[in-house]
Amino acid sequence: MKKKVLTVDDSRTIRNMLLVTLNNAGFETIQAEDGVEGLEVLEEANPDVIVTDINMPRLDGFGFIEGVRRNEKYRAIPILVLTTESDAEKKNRARQAGATGWIVKPFDPTKLIDAIERVTA
Amino acid sequence: MDMNEIKEIFFQECEEQLAELESGLLRLNDGDRDPETVNAVFRAVHSIKGGAGAFGLDDLVSFAHVFETTLDCVRSNKLEPTAEVLKVMLKSADVLADLTNVARDGGSVDQARSKQLIRELEALANGEAPPPAAVVEAPAAKPAAAAPAPVVNDEGFVPVAFSFDDFGGEEDVLIVHPTYEISFKPKADLYSKGNEATLLLRDLSRLGEMSIHCNMEALPSLEQMDPESAYFSWKISVKTDKGEDAIRSVFEFAEWDCDLEISLADEGTAAEMTDEELPMQPVPFDLSVLDDEPDAPVGVVEEEERLAAVHESAATVAAAEVASNVVQLASTASRAAAEPKAAAPAAAAAQNTAQAASAAAPTIRVDLDRVDRLINLVGELVINQAMLSQSVIENDNNGTSSINMGLEELQQLTREIQDSVMAIRAQPVKPVFQRMARTVREIADITGKSVRLITEGENTEVDKTVIDKLAEPLTHMIRNAVDHGLEMPEKRVALGKNPEGTVRLTAKHRSGRIVIELADDGQGINREKVRQKAIDNDLIAADANLSDEEIDNLIFHAGFSTADKVSDLSGRGVGMDVVKRSIQALGGRINISSKPGHGSVFTMSLPLTLAVLDGMVVTVAGQTLVVPLTAIVETLQPEASAIHSFGASQRLISIRNSFCPLVDVGRILNFRSTQANPVEGVALLVESEGGGQRALMVDAIQGQRQVVIKSLEANYTHVPGIAAATILGDGRVALILDVDAVVSASRGQPLKLETSLAAAG
Amino acid sequence: MTYLAKNLTNGGRELIAFRIGDQEFCVNIMSVREIRGWTPATAMPHTPSYMLGVINLRGAVLPIIDLSARLGMRPTEPTVRHVIIVAQVRDKVVGLLVEAVSDILTVTDDNIQPTPDISNDFERAYARGVLAIEGRMICLIELEAIFSHLESEAA
Repeated sequence: MKKKVLTVDDSRTIRNMLLVTLNNAGFETIQAEDGVEGLEVLEEANPDVIVTDINMPRLDGFGFIEGVRRNEKYRAIPILVLTTESDAEKKNRARQAGATGWIVKPFDPTKLIDAIERVTA
Repeated sequence: MDMNEIKEIFFQECEEQLAELESGLLRLNDGDRDPETVNAVFRAVHSIKGGAGAFGLDDLVSFAHVFETTLDCVRSNKLEPTAEVLKVMLKSADVLADLTNVARDGGSVDQARSKQLIRELEALANGEAPPPAAVVEAPAAKPAAAAPAPVVNDEGFVPVAFSFDDFGGEEDVLIVHPTYEISFKPKADLYSKGNEATLLLRDLSRLGEMSIHCNMEALPSLEQMDPESAYFSWKISVKTDKGEDAIRSVFEFAEWDCDLEISLADEGTAAEMTDEELPMQPVPFDLSVLDDEPDAPVGVVEEEERLAAVHESAATVAAAEVASNVVQLASTASRAAAEPKAAAPAAAAAQNTAQAASAAAPTIRVDLDRVDRLINLVGELVINQAMLSQSVIENDNNGTSSINMGLEELQQLTREIQDSVMAIRAQPVKPVFQRMARTVREIADITGKSVRLITEGENTEVDKTVIDKLAEPLTHMIRNAVDHGLEMPEKRVALGKNPEGTVRLTAKHRSGRIVIELADDGQGINREKVRQKAIDNDLIAADANLSDEEIDNLIFHAGFSTADKVSDLSGRGVGMDVVKRSIQALGGRINISSKPGHGSVFTMSLPLTLAVLDGMVVTVAGQTLVVPLTAIVETLQPEASAIHSFGASQRLISIRNSFCPLVDVGRILNFRSTQANPVEGVALLVESEGGGQRALMVDAIQGQRQVVIKSLEANYTHVPGIAAATILGDGRVALILDVDAVVSASRGQPLKLETSLAAAG
Repeated sequence: MTYLAKNLTNGGRELIAFRIGDQEFCVNIMSVREIRGWTPATAMPHTPSYMLGVINLRGAVLPIIDLSARLGMRPTEPTVRHVIIVAQVRDKVVGLLVEAVSDILTVTDDNIQPTPDISNDFERAYARGVLAIEGRMICLIELEAIFSHLESEAA
């Protein structure tokens, strides 16, 4: 059974890159455009791992992660933060919100797959 | 999808983000202090930077980074978005747009300008006033995000080249991998954030030969146990040539939520860890429980003796079993719930995914070619329906009412399909309007005028083909309005006006057309000056009696320019005549109304699409022709008394006491060799380039109808005097007249291939 | 009727032969899209005399060329018995008015003889050779050469 990844990113470019990279690596990919939509599709998508951006309209990555962690079913799902925010403060906030790990953009397919494999069985 | 396609998407997205950025900055400029506006602006730059980084567009990344840093200051209220600050930001948005274009299309940007803006942005971020233009060149900050290194730790830890020599010392002959001792004690938080000790151990095992000892000292009794807490700790020794950095990177996500110690073991000690070193009975930890890849390297060293020793203690064994369960619990707490669903039929899962995907994509992007093909097919459907109606009428005079009703319904449906299909290609004029904001800024900068652009109705939709051709004439008109229309600030103050001039750009739908208005509150048309210039240029007679409106419209004459000095804006040899011609080429009309001292209003009316055209179907020398309705001012039935011969072959028709040249369309198009008798035909009063009127003689008017425009060039070449073709209800091709070309020909310029192609899609 | 172009693998090729007056010509079947009866064309102003006008071919505007006039022979007076060969010439589709389609020939390069020396420049420009079939002489013509002006005018 393919592993399912839910990606949440408002950038069409990054969404497409994620899609291509994840599909090529044999993952099933479900995509949402912001935190609100991410939470909306969470149940239906039923992912094994989540990759999310931080800066997004409507609901940012911090809020999204907190929302996922509040969901009984997904409170321990691995969540990777994909963002260009590289300063320690933002990373700290993401961790406090409950992020499992992070991938620093620029987008690098190898790094992404490595990180996903690191947090999934 | 390959990288090139994604890159194309990236540039499309950049355009959207740039538009978002600009409109956000303009809203801030208008005093909007909604944090979401600032966030949206920040996100736009941030997104561009993110995508640019992925494609290695370093110039774009560098600039976006500096821009983003300054925007972040605004976002965190460290920097007040004053008019001065926003001016720098709007200019930066323009540079960002330039850099994006260069990244896509090649070419070069104004380096000095972008460097200057980088300095200004940095100064703002540092809480300084923007520096003046000439400043010592500071190297542009290179953002960390642009660094090409494959693994960059943000704590400033960079992978270092690792050499065996560092560890091998003098023992060059025998290479011994160093052994690391790792003490790893997770906190409960580690699990709650989705990390798993077992996965970390798995990753460690991939670094080299490993032995693991699990410490269960902290494990409480079963009743007291919180299954989600963390009770275990591990002592691990790994023999690896990958270095401490590799070990640390395994714990990259977990290091805040665990106690971690890594040390280089003395040679040989790690492998022979004795019981004395361990506080309690350690339990060997078998990683194979989570081994879903049979051949994955699992470096667990099991010592039979130790295992036996463990088995000696019943309590320990029981604990081990519990431990194994706890590990499972902790590691799969989240997944337990998901398990039954995972076993559900694949179809259901696929359906879920499909639904999730559709929820994620309320719009689809379609190739323009496909839409065009659909539009063509619908065009054919319209023609076919018209043909069918015609043949039913011709062949069955007393057609039953059911056939007639069916035909009517078909006609209604066809219309609706046509409208719906046209709507697919309709786009808001917003992007074009936004480009005008930049034009205004640039001209305001050059002319030293202070200008405020107000746009209204930017969501008004019009066919994409029209939008694409709208930008150029509009740009020129805006330039004109700022350059010629608005006064200098000092003069405006002297006149009691706001020193800041206003240019208002509005779009709206009116009776099946789009009307675009461009109004300025400047000085208006100086009619005396225009009139004098027209007389000087022999456009009008010195004693001509012209209405104010007629004088205003003289500015659309070729080569007409009222600016006293030719500025670098309008000195390009492009006058309002070119604007008028390009609007007319779109099947549109343009008018000006002006109020001296209060400004001018240009009104353009354009068709909503270039795929269909409202035309008057006429007969000329036995041929059926279509004349674009937009060109026709009125139709006349000439009376013999109104026709006056003039010279050898010219004839004039008097219309309300003015004389208008008569043009025999059949003669001009060579459809007949002798001039037709005007009294037997119909005159179409048309307005052409430069506002000159002509009466086009045709034999008869068949009626008005909407026609689908077909290109002649697709299978042939341009035909002089003909704009395009269409197919009428009888299935025959009819030609659409190029009114401007015909009028030019009547002035003695023979029809030739270069003639403009009015109304051809 | 519609002749669909076929890919020939045996090294030979298929040609469509047609009559103009008392002469026979042929073109490569690969460039022929369809053959249809004559329908009156809409005349276009300021075009050469061999350009008969345009017709509606399922929604496309198709120029119709009097091939006889184009080849310097007598202009055709089209009747319902005349046919239009719809042919692809480079990126354009044109209709060629001819008297009748006479044959479909399968030939190899060996069947094609070089154009006789007597031709003038114009004929040499479009003639690609002649075929002798059952006592008839059929001239193989190259449409691209005849309509080279289509491109240059359009450019």
